[in-house]
Amino acid sequence: MKKLKVATASLAGCFGCHMSLLDIDERLFTLLEKVELDRSPLTDFKQFGPCDLGLVEGGLCNAENVEVLRELRRHCKVLVAVGACAINGGLPAQRNHLDVRECLTSVYGRTVPDDPELPLPLDRVHAINDVVKVDYFLPGCPPSAEALWHFLDDFLNGRTPHLGHGLISYD
Amino acid sequence: MSPAELSQLLHRHHGDPNRLLQMLREVQAAAGWVSPEVITELAKGLTLPRARVEGVATFYTLLATRPRGEYQVLFADNIIERFHGSVALRERLCAALGVAPGALRPDGRVSVGTTSCIGLSDQPASLLVNGLAIARLTVERVDAIAALIGQRAPLDQWPAELFHVDEPIRRAGLLLGAHLEPGAAVRAALARSSEALLEELKRSKLRGRGGAGFSTHDKWRAARDAPGPTRFVVCNADEGEPGTFKDRTLLRRQLDAVLDGMTVAAHAIGAQRGFIYLRGEYLFIAPAIEAALAARRAAHLLGRDVLGRTGFDFDLELHLGAGAYVCGEESALLESLEGRRGIPRRRPPYPVTHGYLQRPTVVNNVETFASVAHVALAGGARFAELGTERSTGTRVHSVSGDCARPGLYELPMGASVRELLDACGAEAPIQAVQVGGPSRTLLSPRELDRALCFEDLPSAGAFMVFGPQRDLLEVVASFARFFAHESCGFCTPCRVGTTQLQGAVDALVGGRGTRRDVRHALRLCALMRDASHCGLGTTAGRPFMQLYEKFKPTIERSLSSLEFRPTFDLDEALAPARALTGRDDERAHLEDP
Repeated sequence: MKKLKVATASLAGCFGCHMSLLDIDERLFTLLEKVELDRSPLTDFKQFGPCDLGLVEGGLCNAENVEVLRELRRHCKVLVAVGACAINGGLPAQRNHLDVRECLTSVYGRTVPDDPELPLPLDRVHAINDVVKVDYFLPGCPPSAEALWHFLDDFLNGRTPHLGHGLISYD
Repeated sequence: MSPAELSQLLHRHHGDPNRLLQMLREVQAAAGWVSPEVITELAKGLTLPRARVEGVATFYTLLATRPRGEYQVLFADNIIERFHGSVALRERLCAALGVAPGALRPDGRVSVGTTSCIGLSDQPASLLVNGLAIARLTVERVDAIAALIGQRAPLDQWPAELFHVDEPIRRAGLLLGAHLEPGAAVRAALARSSEALLEELKRSKLRGRGGAGFSTHDKWRAARDAPGPTRFVVCNADEGEPGTFKDRTLLRRQLDAVLDGMTVAAHAIGAQRGFIYLRGEYLFIAPAIEAALAARRAAHLLGRDVLGRTGFDFDLELHLGAGAYVCGEESALLESLEGRRGIPRRRPPYPVTHGYLQRPTVVNNVETFASVAHVALAGGARFAELGTERSTGTRVHSVSGDCARPGLYELPMGASVRELLDACGAEAPIQAVQVGGPSRTLLSPRELDRALCFEDLPSAGAFMVFGPQRDLLEVVASFARFFAHESCGFCTPCRVGTTQLQGAVDALVGGRGTRRDVRHALRLCALMRDASHCGLGTTAGRPFMQLYEKFKPTIERSLSSLEFRPTFDLDEALAPARALTGRDDERAHLEDP
């Protein structure tokens, strides 16, 4: 069977969800028999190619996050919001009750850098489904390796992903 | 509040935790807010956990847990009031007083906010100032209010005319047209045994007027037969359904019929105590009720040996709510009566066996008790002559919106929608009629021959008329906002669902809606209907679902795109950072696709 193309991206997140993906341990070999990685922090490719599946960690805190997310959406048949930040904004969204101008001036003082290389922050941190259509939501902070594996296993085998008891927990 | 005042307060309420809400209301009235120190002291005085007291204080809209000023103005934010310019009037008052909407003026004098419908949509726009209602707002009246607050005139020195509330009874029937002697129905009831009285009630086929239409006879018999040493009678005067105000009129024009009905209930089920749970927004009616209770005690219509009947002891107390729609649900009302947050109980067991203090309790609507008085007086058979086979008697409709004569219309059960529209002078073409408030039925013009009775259109009495100039999407958005605000927060489907539904409908109103929002809204409506804890959540999605079913193009023409669209303006979200860095390069912008 043809390998599925998978891209991943980390936006305003902590890489915890990617670490959780690595935590599937030896099942990574099984995974790599079935998928080929496209642009991802794990490959360091610079461009997205046409993909079957995109996994997104982290929410949107700046213009670059939005651009990357839109690029990924354009290239993916199916997009998954992975983890609390992608789904709801998560920890970075704690700045949403502050004025972004105050955040910048309290960090940089009076001269906020104007280098075009630095992405401009949005006034508020947003969940990714505020900006693009999301097909699946995989909750958790981070989702456990079991949950990620379960999702991928279902997806790769053509089953509607279903996280049963024990794979989602509230705390 | 000084420690001495607090200890007096506790003493006056016998240190009874069941009276916590009443104490908090008094604190609010005296101090203008409920401070953290007062919460601590009340918790100590009542030996309650502090969180319990704070939980109650933060639950009710009319209790402030932060200073809101010497003058606390709350505009009714019902859709009818909006269509009568309440938003512009509120902005005018804010501008005149130099206060930001919802905020406290820096000098601590005044705040201007909003609250849900306050039961005055027959005389919009309206507001509460320190809990007292002012109706028929105009630019002149708003300016007068601004001047009085500017002069710092004490509320009791404001012109009495300002607080005058009309009772526009346009059509009176059995209830509103009656001239009953106080106690007449009690006398008639005492002439019968409680068993005979229940039989009369059965013959009357009277059904509860709160909306659900449960048989009053069955409810009373169940309470009478339930085991327990004490029983209670509770009058639900917490009419919070937007667009409803008939209980206001019944309590002001037919109070003795209502109190007679409650006393008759006490005789029928063997109750010793009763409560009138009056919504906090009707504070202006409270003095008249207290006076009537005192007069009835003096006339031996309440107290020991009522009307000389040895062993028939019954007394009534007035309890005030503090702004919570959900307390209209009977088990939430009982929680509130017991001084707790108004969170609906799990049912069964029902209040007839486990009500107030877990004792058998009859909870009926104001209009039901008024009807009971007439059943006791003229007999069940006479009462059943009015109305239809399964909906007997009359119904008082609260008519508001786009018609020449808003007000109260008492019609026999089963009257058609068209009949009521003709009576109130609603001019064709009608765009829609909302019967029974947001939680009931949205009617299209094709349905005007439907009947106002339990068989067809059950209702708690609200009747809002919308002319062709109105945007129904805006109506539904207002209802969505209402449910999101009034959700008690106990169950997730309703707490989260009502807020998400509001977001989806607001996106449509704001011109950013997509098919995805419509699909999402419909899914939420179904989820809330199937999974919520109480009636608030199960009905919260009805307005949108009915709009979708009956006025689909109204939704479709508001769509900005059939595809996905971001929920916010991306480029605008970069504006603050752009301004601060002075950048305007390509990467400092995001396009809306």
